[in-house]
Amino acid sequence: MDSSQLIGITTFTFLLSALLYVAILVFNAPRLGRIATGFTTAALLILTAGIGLRWIESYQLGIGRAPLTNMYESVVFFAWTIALFYLLIEWKFKVKSLGAFALPMAFLAMAYASFSTEISRNITPLIPALQSNWLIAHVVTCFIGYAGFTVAAALGVMYLLKNTDKTGPGLRTALAGRLPELAVIDDVIHKTMIFGFIWLSAGIITGAIWANSAWGTYWSWDPKETWSLITWFFYAITLHARYTRGWSGTRIAVLSLCGFASMLFTYYGVNFLLSGLHSYGSG
Amino acid sequence: MKLFDQIWDFFASVKLAIFTLFTLSITAIIGTVIPQGENAAFYVKNYGAKTAQFFQILDIGDMYNSWWFLTLLGVLTANLIVCSFERIPKVWGIIQADNLALSAERIEKMAGSRNWVLRPGQLQQFSVEKFLTDHGWRATSRKETSGTCHFSQSGRWSRLGVYIVHGSILVIFVGAAVGEFFGYKGTVMLPELVTAGQIFATKTRQPIPLGFEVRCDSFIVEFYDNGMPKTYRSQLTIIEEGKEVLTRDIEVNTPLTYRGITFYQSSYQGYQDFIVRIQKIGDQQSTLFNLPFQQQEHWEEKGIQFGIVNAEAIGQRVVRSKLWFKPGNQPAVVEWFDDNRDRVLQVGDDEYRVLVKQMYATGLQVAKDPGVWIVYFGCGLMMVGLYMAFFMSHRRIWLYCSTDNAGDRLVLAGSANKNKQAFGKTLTELEQGIDKAIQG
Repeated sequence: MDSSQLIGITTFTFLLSALLYVAILVFNAPRLGRIATGFTTAALLILTAGIGLRWIESYQLGIGRAPLTNMYESVVFFAWTIALFYLLIEWKFKVKSLGAFALPMAFLAMAYASFSTEISRNITPLIPALQSNWLIAHVVTCFIGYAGFTVAAALGVMYLLKNTDKTGPGLRTALAGRLPELAVIDDVIHKTMIFGFIWLSAGIITGAIWANSAWGTYWSWDPKETWSLITWFFYAITLHARYTRGWSGTRIAVLSLCGFASMLFTYYGVNFLLSGLHSYGSG
Repeated sequence: MKLFDQIWDFFASVKLAIFTLFTLSITAIIGTVIPQGENAAFYVKNYGAKTAQFFQILDIGDMYNSWWFLTLLGVLTANLIVCSFERIPKVWGIIQADNLALSAERIEKMAGSRNWVLRPGQLQQFSVEKFLTDHGWRATSRKETSGTCHFSQSGRWSRLGVYIVHGSILVIFVGAAVGEFFGYKGTVMLPELVTAGQIFATKTRQPIPLGFEVRCDSFIVEFYDNGMPKTYRSQLTIIEEGKEVLTRDIEVNTPLTYRGITFYQSSYQGYQDFIVRIQKIGDQQSTLFNLPFQQQEHWEEKGIQFGIVNAEAIGQRVVRSKLWFKPGNQPAVVEWFDDNRDRVLQVGDDEYRVLVKQMYATGLQVAKDPGVWIVYFGCGLMMVGLYMAFFMSHRRIWLYCSTDNAGDRLVLAGSANKNKQAFGKTLTELEQGIDKAIQG
């Protein structure tokens, strides 16, 4: 058993988890809830083992580095943080229906990591610029932030689905009835956004400290840096709109989706569409 | 004065903050799409003469330092400062408020307050202080004619969290400005065995004296088996007033700082020259020579003649080289040496430890940034402020015990400025606790 097999298994386990959560919602079968949670937990554990094993394998290859250094590994870690963060939210706020929106995101990330032909799945050694203790701190903080924003966006979709004309017949109305109250969703969107914002701040700061120790400049307006700042500004605007202008509900739900788009571009788009210091992330 | 008030209100508004952040976000995108820091010809070639002229007016090629982008950052700064001056006094008032000065009626009017009418004697059995302490609320109290007001609070300083975050941004800006005005960024290409006393500013290419000298003793680049670079390492020696004061290896993530000036490994360049190090076994010291390819060198002191007659390279990188070596009247030996690996050469009765390597120049980034610690302090402050602003809340509890002709009465109320739901639960627990205590 090697790490890529374990990670491959998780791709399908996440798919099944996502389908289970969707089934709970569509067939109104809350009894499946425990199974879905158990399944997702198992998938997360397998993925944890897979990432850990990849770490060990890197030592066996004489490379010895954290499995967080290229696009493949970062997407896998992204899926890991989404699943973990989702489970924590489910446990804390008792919102199982969120699984139907969050788990597909984790699955899509895993599917991209496993099947994309654009990215390399090899364990390669670290180029000198990446040989730093700040690597783990920077990547982990950023991805916890990304997971927060992703779950906030999943909640945003949920909010918009729920916030529909509840009188008409049809699936959408039926589904809406099975989702938590709007006020609850709104509250959790806000909390997950704050969570993501704080961790993104930490991610930008650790990145700046690292850049300073490697290149002597903590901020060089490289496209990745600039886009992370744009994303940070975006969520700062959203939080101000909520605190000082009382924005909530649909507006915040839509903003959570726009913020997610900005985050996704920071994470993914920049590496492929723009050039800069983070170019090693695209291989 | 009216104009001043209008300007003040303009800069204190959250609308301006949202507008500025939004404009900064949108304009910042430009610099991620249009390459920055290229020369004028580049923009003419890629965007046409007309557009390039337009770019020049708006300084698009260096937009993050342009007058309009810096103006936007200036507006944000003014906004943060004025907004803090506007709001902090009010918040300070809440933090320092005399919360015991509230009457029973005021407490009763608060949202979610509850009140108990007690039978005579019931209040004597109930120790309010002990009850609150047991529930984690250390209370202060004040006796008045109408009764006693007990008050307890937690996290009042968290109200400053948001201003700490705003302030931290200003601190970071100050740090950046200090670096800009009192520091510099430069580069220097330093061939092995060469000493430099000045470097060149990144932007203007003007020489900047260091105040001391730096010598590159050696540079090596190592590769993984798959050809990826593994290590770039330079050995640098700092020389001050002719004396060697410090010798240190630097790599990409481990720079060297001396007198506030930091040297970063950033690039390298290979030459067609060679460095040869020779030590006669039995001698104390080795001697270094720098010689061009296929050129004979004469070490007169020892009477040795030598030269590099051949070399094998992968790309620009020499992997081994052939040394011709002739000490005195001995017959010459010709042998291959792996790059940068010393070994012992036997010639007649004498032995020599010899190392041959391709000559490199190390490319160093040189930075003096006295503002960096201010920036880091600002970053730390931001994290503390964010934590205070989002995860801590100011919670207040009032419990008023009054005695009058109608009998004894308890009034409980509380408030929290954040996470009101969780606080509601806390308040309910307190209510249930009081229910139990007065019944028991």
